[in-house]
Amino acid sequence: MRETTLADIKRRRQVLDTVSFFLSYAFLILGAMAMIAPFLWMLTTSLSEARDVWRTKEFWWQGWVPTKFIYQNYIEAFQVVPFAKFYLNSIFVTLCITAGTVFTSSLAGYAFARLSFPGRDKIFMLYLATLMLPGVITMIPVFILLSKLGWIDTYWAIILPGIFTAYGTFLLRQFFMSLPRALEDAAKIDGCSLFGIYFRIILPLSKPALATLTTFTFMGSWMSFMWPLIVLSSEEKYTLPIGIQYFKSLHSTDWTLLMAGSVMALFPILVVFIFTQRYFVEGIKLSGIKG
Amino acid sequence: MFNTITLKNSTKEGLAAFLFLMPNFLGFLFFTSLPVFASFLLAFFDWHLLDPWSKATFVGLDNFIVLLKDTFFWKYCWNTVFLMLGIPLGIFGSLLLAIVMNQKIKAIVFFRTAYFLPTICSGVAIYVLWMHIYNPDHGYFNLLINKFGELLHIPLRGPQWLTDEVWAKPALVIMGLWQTIGGPNMILYLAALQGIPKELYEAASIDGASAWQKFWAVTWPMISPTTFFIVIMGIIGGFQSGFDAAYVMTGGGPNGSTTTIMFYIYNNAFVWFKMGYAAAISWFLFLVILIFTLFNWKVGGKVVHY
Repeated sequence: MRETTLADIKRRRQVLDTVSFFLSYAFLILGAMAMIAPFLWMLTTSLSEARDVWRTKEFWWQGWVPTKFIYQNYIEAFQVVPFAKFYLNSIFVTLCITAGTVFTSSLAGYAFARLSFPGRDKIFMLYLATLMLPGVITMIPVFILLSKLGWIDTYWAIILPGIFTAYGTFLLRQFFMSLPRALEDAAKIDGCSLFGIYFRIILPLSKPALATLTTFTFMGSWMSFMWPLIVLSSEEKYTLPIGIQYFKSLHSTDWTLLMAGSVMALFPILVVFIFTQRYFVEGIKLSGIKG
Repeated sequence: MFNTITLKNSTKEGLAAFLFLMPNFLGFLFFTSLPVFASFLLAFFDWHLLDPWSKATFVGLDNFIVLLKDTFFWKYCWNTVFLMLGIPLGIFGSLLLAIVMNQKIKAIVFFRTAYFLPTICSGVAIYVLWMHIYNPDHGYFNLLINKFGELLHIPLRGPQWLTDEVWAKPALVIMGLWQTIGGPNMILYLAALQGIPKELYEAASIDGASAWQKFWAVTWPMISPTTFFIVIMGIIGGFQSGFDAAYVMTGGGPNGSTTTIMFYIYNNAFVWFKMGYAAAISWFLFLVILIFTLFNWKVGGKVVHY
């Protein structure tokens, strides 16, 4: 008797496992479709004729499949506003901010993690304290400062405040602290300078943390909207997000054009993401544990 | 033991530290710490951006008193809190998704990428896309609602979404859920779930616990530090959010129904140039965030298991 009950339990568990297996996949697939659908909808619209968008749809699938492929929307979007210029502006600003952030944060992170100097811990506490302040608090005085310097509507106004982050310094300092000291001590005995240790030992050992900071900073400044909106006023200096907003305000009903512009704005992000996915996942875990 | 070596030549090291720190510290000084003080002082002054400094007048606590009586401000506070409804919903969704994904799923990378895409692509282009989806005449949402109604033989008509005072906020919440469910929170939950020792579940099985009981007795307490982190970060971010999407999609309307605190600060500072008042609102915002965070720490300390 006892053995049959055990077998029963086993069989019941098998049935349960199969059911939950199918339910899980159904859930995941439906969810993934809901996530991807808006992107497909965007792509289709960008390839459609303008009048197709407004045509009454008899079936639910209309609007998902363009009646014919119109790639002219992309060319037209480029002609209506200087999209290529916006792209270049965004690339320039993003690269400057990313390189600057990684450079200054890693230098300072090294000083905080490894060097002893008077007031180190007090200064570090000051850095930490500002992490809790809403960014908008500093926005107003920084804007006033930049306008008094006459830097409003220049790239400096976006780049300079962007490359000094307490967050990046904190992240890298925490990572540097976790590195073993033995290598550095050996290098020191061999007569390596402090900069040499930073450049030849600490940085190469910190690739995961540096990659995380790089991807986050890159994404953050690529999509940054509020600050560029505040400081930029001339069209030829617009970054891509401001450019799309501007494009939208000019052609608020040309949905095919708007979608073509959106596809072009998202494409580089998708490419970067596919290549850096690992660092995102690791970076998120890292920030979660340290926080 | 070897650390004693670093103590030698302390002046030389101090100088080196100074050089290492300088690029970052100068920026920190001019773009973060000094502006914090300036902003604090500014909150007690009445000053218009286009006026010379000499016209700035000290008004004491007037900015804050005006703020407390500002009915628009309270309305925008309510809007901000309403939009933060997305936080608990999003946490629930992320956790559910992480639990499903924490099985032996084939093509896990595909699913993770698919769910992460909306987070990665956030930004103006996505807001424009969702304006298209919410369009009452040709948007996909109302098309689906129409077809669904036809299926049931009742004339269903979708709302005007972004131009309807009642539906504009829920529309932003729905979009926010789509953006965040598969994002960082899901990945944090997934990592937390993977970190739970298998023995705990085995022990629970031996005790005859059902899947539901295992969740409440093992999973939920074990992931409580992650939940705590997500809630705190969500609330801090939530109070400061809502500008980008509202600016692009609704302009803060209709009738101010999607204007958040951040949007109001933006308007005061950079549209109406009322710098003192804007600084006062931003400090009020800080105070609200601080109170919520402290409250969270206090409650969290009792609920969270480490």
